[in-house]
Amino acid sequence: MTNVQAHHPNVRRRSAGRWFKQVGWKHILALVVIAYATFPLVYIVSTSLTNMGGIENFTLFGQFYTKNYSDLLTSPDYPFLTWMKNTVTLAGFTAVISVFISALAAFAFSRLRFKGRRPGLLALILIQMFPSILGLTAVYGILSKLTDYVPAIGLGTKAGLILVYLGGSLGGGTYLMYGFFNTIPKELDEAAKIDGATHTQIYFKIILRLVAPVLAVMALLSFIGTFGDYVLASIVFNTTDQYTVAVGLNLLLADPWSKNWAMFAAGAVMSSLPIVILFVSLQKYITNGLTGGAVKG
Amino acid sequence: MRKRNKNFELYSGGTPSLRGTLAKILILGIVDAGVGFVLMVLIGKHKISFAVFFGLVALLINWIYLRRGGLPAKYLAPGVILLIAFQVYVVIFSGYISFTNYGALHNGSYTEALDAIQQAAVEPIEGATEYEMKVVKSKDGTIQFVALDTTNGKIYMGGQDYAQHPWHEVTTAEGLVVDDSGHPTAITGQVFLSDDEVSSIDPGITAYKIPLGPNLDTDGFIATADAFYAQQNRFSYIYDKDKRSMTRLSDNKVFPADDAKGFFENSDGEILSEIGWQVRVGWSNYKKIFGDKELRGPLSGIILWTFLFAFLSVFTTFVLGLTLALIFNDERIRGLKIYRAIFILPYAFPAFLSAYVWRGMLNTENGFINRSILGFMGPDHRIPWLEQQGTARIAVLMVNLWLGFPYMLLICTGALQAIPNDLTEAAGIDGASPWKIVRLIKLPLLLVSLAPLLIASFAYNFNNFGAIYLVTGGGPFLNPTLKVNAGATDILITFVYRIAFGGAQGADYGLASAFSVLIFMLIGSISFFSFKRTRGLEELTQ
Repeated sequence: MTNVQAHHPNVRRRSAGRWFKQVGWKHILALVVIAYATFPLVYIVSTSLTNMGGIENFTLFGQFYTKNYSDLLTSPDYPFLTWMKNTVTLAGFTAVISVFISALAAFAFSRLRFKGRRPGLLALILIQMFPSILGLTAVYGILSKLTDYVPAIGLGTKAGLILVYLGGSLGGGTYLMYGFFNTIPKELDEAAKIDGATHTQIYFKIILRLVAPVLAVMALLSFIGTFGDYVLASIVFNTTDQYTVAVGLNLLLADPWSKNWAMFAAGAVMSSLPIVILFVSLQKYITNGLTGGAVKG
Repeated sequence: MRKRNKNFELYSGGTPSLRGTLAKILILGIVDAGVGFVLMVLIGKHKISFAVFFGLVALLINWIYLRRGGLPAKYLAPGVILLIAFQVYVVIFSGYISFTNYGALHNGSYTEALDAIQQAAVEPIEGATEYEMKVVKSKDGTIQFVALDTTNGKIYMGGQDYAQHPWHEVTTAEGLVVDDSGHPTAITGQVFLSDDEVSSIDPGITAYKIPLGPNLDTDGFIATADAFYAQQNRFSYIYDKDKRSMTRLSDNKVFPADDAKGFFENSDGEILSEIGWQVRVGWSNYKKIFGDKELRGPLSGIILWTFLFAFLSVFTTFVLGLTLALIFNDERIRGLKIYRAIFILPYAFPAFLSAYVWRGMLNTENGFINRSILGFMGPDHRIPWLEQQGTARIAVLMVNLWLGFPYMLLICTGALQAIPNDLTEAAGIDGASPWKIVRLIKLPLLLVSLAPLLIASFAYNFNNFGAIYLVTGGGPFLNPTLKVNAGATDILITFVYRIAFGGAQGADYGLASAFSVLIFMLIGSISFFSFKRTRGLEELTQ
């Protein structure tokens, strides 16, 4: 901010009218956008504090009823904390491993020259476009075969589902990271080489460290993606104890006449809070993570 | 060629650290130990072809990492292996399934279908006795039925294996003891099971068939529905192994196996049972997609809407995101960082939760939008958001706009900040208006750098299952007379999902797979050519 004022020494002398015309209206617009971006969230927070069963008419923050939260945390029918633990384990492992493996592949695509590099890159993006939700039968088939031969990674296991998630997330992750690796000057690699570094040392000690914030963001995005998966998790797990938050919270909505809408809201608030906090605190890096190298041309 | 050599030199040589080498040996060792374990399990289960395949993959991995050179493979192997196992395989498998009739009615192999048909069709033998029964277990664990014929007081016993434990009348010679009412209470070498013990038998006692003679098919068998009463039953259909046909005992009609359709069907075209087996059907699933009149009507509408939905989703989110990015890319605004953090909250909130929340808010009678936000319109003018085609389509676009604009805002902001300041400043000095700077300088540059992401976004929304399925379920379903259940907001993927996994028609994986192959080819080629074009665009501008 001080920097800005140094550039505009006359900022204080401006008339209020001119200030409003240039900057002030943007504050008003910002408030409108904030209202737009947050009203569903405010609604769900408020709903979680009511004792409504269904979607009834209600006044925002007309009630402060915290029983939904305590119920959800203690209910034996809806073991929310177990769901959270399952989800965090699944999403955490998937995020870390997929980022690691994508980064390995991205290094090869960005730094090494080999036959089939360009087609490989294209194939990576295109294979992502297969409507994988329609491939569920195949995924189920693979997992049930694994259940027979290697039960540790078969149906109903976290390890099995993590493998499926990994297979699905590598293409996009690799492509984004490839773009980002390209923005790191090759001269760094050359300098390290002169110092006697091997390719693994160049990779781990130089490139990975430089892109660490991006890796964190990619991991976060992968985490959110896994967190939000309903379909795969619902075919792999079939007891309440194994459920993820997405599958579990769906239980609360499964019966349209059940009185669980407010409890669902409480679950939604609790499960999304950690993600929102992480997301907002990593915001600075997120743009880079999303655009990869694309915007740096 | 020179380039490749230079590259090779850049990433080869150097002195590997001890730690690195140890880590490599350790990781490879863990992988090999895991593979060894799985191999032993596979060999133990006599899955030799699987074991060989698995072993070869393991050898390949070791070769990649232990040899000198071949650097790209070292970095690509983990990703490629997972990708092949869980993505490429899925694509190939779906391709194969699309040429079969695999589905709820054609679930398994011929022998599985045979079994299922016979087991499902059992009828009591006419005029046969009904028994009161008990379950006994011998020392070696064999389960047998002990049955009392109440009409004459005789007691019979037998097990599932006719050769070992044939159905016969039990006499006192076998240590039979009966109580006052004539019910058996003891037999030498047999333990009478309690109700709890009976209900814990695996598989359930109702699955037991006690043969009345050496041939289960013709002699019939004893079965029970509740473990208290037992009847003499027979299969309704008799299978002829040589002719590959089923005979229905009630009218002696013969149903030969039709390997083109995967059903037992007689000369009148009557199907013996809804249960069929999986057969290859050639192009018939594809023909159905292009030729079936019942399908063609709703399908053309759905395809059109899918394109419209994907395009409008990208367009609206991009316009809103870009506008906000342009307006708020302004360091003079105090609290800018906080604003931006709040703007992207919808992106941080898990999308499946948002979809449910919106579905609740869009409820016509009680939804937050009609009641509170649009409450001023009064109860008579509520908008039936999810109940009419037009409003439902607007609603899903609205939801998708809310879900998607933060992403566009983020990438547009990033792209804007990457545009060198001197460019826009120079234009400003030349007297260009802010709007002109945006239109003539910023926008073209943005489009070049963001084009690949916009294409990806189009492809994503083309198959955006969650945004439709979780909000409207594809509905409203306004035309229930259609044979094919097509909803007003159905995009291709939600429509096909319903075909694949249930709904009134019953699961049809073959047809769904044919669809998925076509969708893949469609969106893949659109993306492919768009990527090619944008790459050309990029080279032109640079």
